[in-house]
Amino acid sequence: MRYGMAIDTLKCVGCGDCVVACQTENNVPFGYCRDWITETIDGTYPKVELEFRSERCNHCENSPCVRCCPTGASHIVEGGIVVVTADKCIGCSACIESCPYDARYTHPLGHVDKCTFCHHVRDYKQTTACSAVCPTSCIYFGDLDNPKSEVSMVLKNRKFKDLAPEAGTKPQIFYLI
Amino acid sequence: MISTRRQFIKISTVGLGGAAVAASSLKLAHGTGLFGSDDDEQINDLKNKRFPTYCEVCFWKCAGWTHTNDKGEIQKILGNEKDPHCYGRLCPRGTGGLGMYQDEDRLKTPLIREEKGGKQVFREATWEEALDLIAKKFKKIKADNGAESIALLKHGTPGKHFEHLFEAFGSETVGEPAYAQCRGPREAGFAATFGSWIGSPEPTDIRDTKCLVLIGSHIGENMHNSQVQEMAQAIDNGASIITVDPRLSTAASKSKFWLPIKPATDIALLLSWMNVLIYDNLLDLDYIKDNTYGFEQLKEHVRNFTPEWAYNITNIKPGMIRKTAREMANAAPAVIIHPGRHVAWYGDDTQRERAMAILNGLLGSWGKRGGFYLKEGFKVPKYPHPKYPHPKWTWRDLAKDYPLAGMGLTQEVIRASIPEESGEHKVKAWLVVGTNIKKSIPHQELVNKAIEALDFLVVVDTMPMDIVGYADVVLPECTYLERYDGIRSATNREPSIALRMPAVPPKYNSKPGWWIAKQIGERMGLGEYFNYEDFSEVIDWQLQQIGSSLEEMQAIGVKNLPRKSGSLYFAEGEKVNLPTNSGKIELYSTELAAKGFDPMPLYTPHAEPEEGFYRLIYGRAPMHTFSRTANNPHLTDLKDKNTLWMNPKVAKLWGFETGEEVYLKNQDGVVTSFPISIRVTERIRWDAVYMIHGFGHTNKKLTRAYGKGACDTEMITNVKVDPIMGGTGMRENFVTFIKDSGKETKA
Repeated sequence: MRYGMAIDTLKCVGCGDCVVACQTENNVPFGYCRDWITETIDGTYPKVELEFRSERCNHCENSPCVRCCPTGASHIVEGGIVVVTADKCIGCSACIESCPYDARYTHPLGHVDKCTFCHHVRDYKQTTACSAVCPTSCIYFGDLDNPKSEVSMVLKNRKFKDLAPEAGTKPQIFYLI
Repeated sequence: MISTRRQFIKISTVGLGGAAVAASSLKLAHGTGLFGSDDDEQINDLKNKRFPTYCEVCFWKCAGWTHTNDKGEIQKILGNEKDPHCYGRLCPRGTGGLGMYQDEDRLKTPLIREEKGGKQVFREATWEEALDLIAKKFKKIKADNGAESIALLKHGTPGKHFEHLFEAFGSETVGEPAYAQCRGPREAGFAATFGSWIGSPEPTDIRDTKCLVLIGSHIGENMHNSQVQEMAQAIDNGASIITVDPRLSTAASKSKFWLPIKPATDIALLLSWMNVLIYDNLLDLDYIKDNTYGFEQLKEHVRNFTPEWAYNITNIKPGMIRKTAREMANAAPAVIIHPGRHVAWYGDDTQRERAMAILNGLLGSWGKRGGFYLKEGFKVPKYPHPKYPHPKWTWRDLAKDYPLAGMGLTQEVIRASIPEESGEHKVKAWLVVGTNIKKSIPHQELVNKAIEALDFLVVVDTMPMDIVGYADVVLPECTYLERYDGIRSATNREPSIALRMPAVPPKYNSKPGWWIAKQIGERMGLGEYFNYEDFSEVIDWQLQQIGSSLEEMQAIGVKNLPRKSGSLYFAEGEKVNLPTNSGKIELYSTELAAKGFDPMPLYTPHAEPEEGFYRLIYGRAPMHTFSRTANNPHLTDLKDKNTLWMNPKVAKLWGFETGEEVYLKNQDGVVTSFPISIRVTERIRWDAVYMIHGFGHTNKKLTRAYGKGACDTEMITNVKVDPIMGGTGMRENFVTFIKDSGKETKA
């Protein structure tokens, strides 16, 4: 069991619905976010290319945030999901510094917070708030170890990339291109 | 009531009741964990509840569920999976709709304007007092000038309740920015061709199309939910998208062909496409013979409109015009030249829409899979009430110069309110509900003059929008999450109805729109028109008539009904039978000809920017609606201001960098109230600048939105009125940049 995401940049319109749905599902305070939209533009008018990406914690297999956490608050749970136990977190921010994706922030209550792949709903739902809400259905979430899962199937059939491969973190989020 | 004229009141002058509720509660607890779930049992387990609603953040009106937690607090809003407007997925505005409820800047209690020590202020009032005053004033104005002199300016669902009130007291003097300032031209243009309005949602069969053609329409930035979803499906299916836009819109970036057209020249391109389709023999002539009227005239009409002719006008290369025409022809009839939505651009907009409709007619996409489906709606029975009186004059009389005007023209209501501008019919008072006309109507000088001249102005809103500061009486409506409203019934592939019910009681001292209308009505002696205690009785009665009930709809939220009008598409070879004069698709419009307009569209050049000026284009961001959402805490988190898109060549010329702030000054010397940050980007042409509509709020009570970004509407002082239906073309305005506004910013 290894949870991951494939996000289709050909469909994403960068609307930010994933961000709001995450905020309301996970009580992320105003002014903070666990996921966000990146817009990249290449070329010169009128030969211009535009890509939107919905980004978040990559739940890296080789996760620097877990390695550097002095208290064990950052750890990996079943399915490869990287989570933070708020009670154990001392807010030292070492993990924030170590993350090549800038995926973590300090919650106003003092602990570090980030995407959990909506771990709290797994008993009910094999989906995440961002994936369930996306109007373009561009976020595929599921088990990368299961070759029959939707996410495995799209990754089999489509070209994709991951972010910051040079960091060697083995991210679990892939962008369909 | 004070007689001196209206200074804008910044509401704060007299303390508003109730301290702001503490911002978001920083809870560690997770949400309910039930997004997208239709499983009631799980909800009960968790002591959470959900209440059906349909969204009021925009006009798409997606149905969803308002979820409350064990304390009865609203937690989140999720889409209703059965709803054909959203298929269980709300857009960012719908998901963030609870921000409208949470917003601590909401209007909290009725306010009445009064003069205190020579200064005009709002004082807090009881509902009793405010409603009594409105009824007294309306009765007096009715007695002195006739009920017709009281106008309703409205938008959205609450507008319906007040429309009923107005018709009951004898006024059909009504205007809605959704028509003349928005989609009116396309309704007129398509009706002249196919006999019927496009309506909302548009009956475009995008999910099954092979080719989607967008003329400046920015699906994906306009978050018209099911349409965006279907565009994503079309991308999955490998459909080709052709986007015509001077800006690399989101849709343009997903297109097989992006045609970066010179602004204001679309009609030339559309005519040249007709030329190629006809003279390169790309059409099904049997279909055209059986189903269209005026093909020979059209053929003659477009003879000289070659791609080479269009190239000089549009900057689109002839080879590209031919290639894209072929792309459409190959996909026909599964092709959509999309009518767009906000299309009041240049004053010849009905004719541009006609050109788009004609292309659809030639390609045979009307009533075809992958083109336009044959929509069907459902008529909800009207709750019984006495007959409405007949007004002596209505919005139609105000719009008489525009023969194809199909709804009230807001700008004509405004004109009728200015003594020196008005004709025979004069407007003395307004009730404004759900529309911030300080941001939605161009030529603000006229709006200001009208406001100045009014005897009485009532504003009903949930938020202290700009217009609220000019009111004599302000009535705080509760948000859509706190009230019942009329049943949503819209045209779709299948008819569908949806219920809105309150998930929580109204916050502060706010009230539902239906209650406000009823209270004013009763005070005006019109109680018999409001024969119910609670609006849920009306809904229940209506639902009972159609074999459902309030109880059933409270449990399911959305009900999809079987079609009764036959097939979704015309059958193969079936001849169209349309409500046009000829019964056919009118390539040559008999109606326009009879009314003295060009029966077939012509390209006419539009004004171009002078040196140092740039055409102002405006549009939407997917997380905002009009000026309505700029203060919503969830949505300001995503985007808290607009920026001015500027081509790098222009920026270099001026020495500007991204992030630098400038004021805009237009061709008439009008300067924006606030500066706007420049965004240097290759996504925009060098002869135009672009900004998102709806920012630059002037009411300080909007603590998150006040002074953030600039307001495009302020720059739109040159209005090109469509002679056919009265649309207000807004894109012939040009701006230049100044570093210092040369005056104190208006605040």
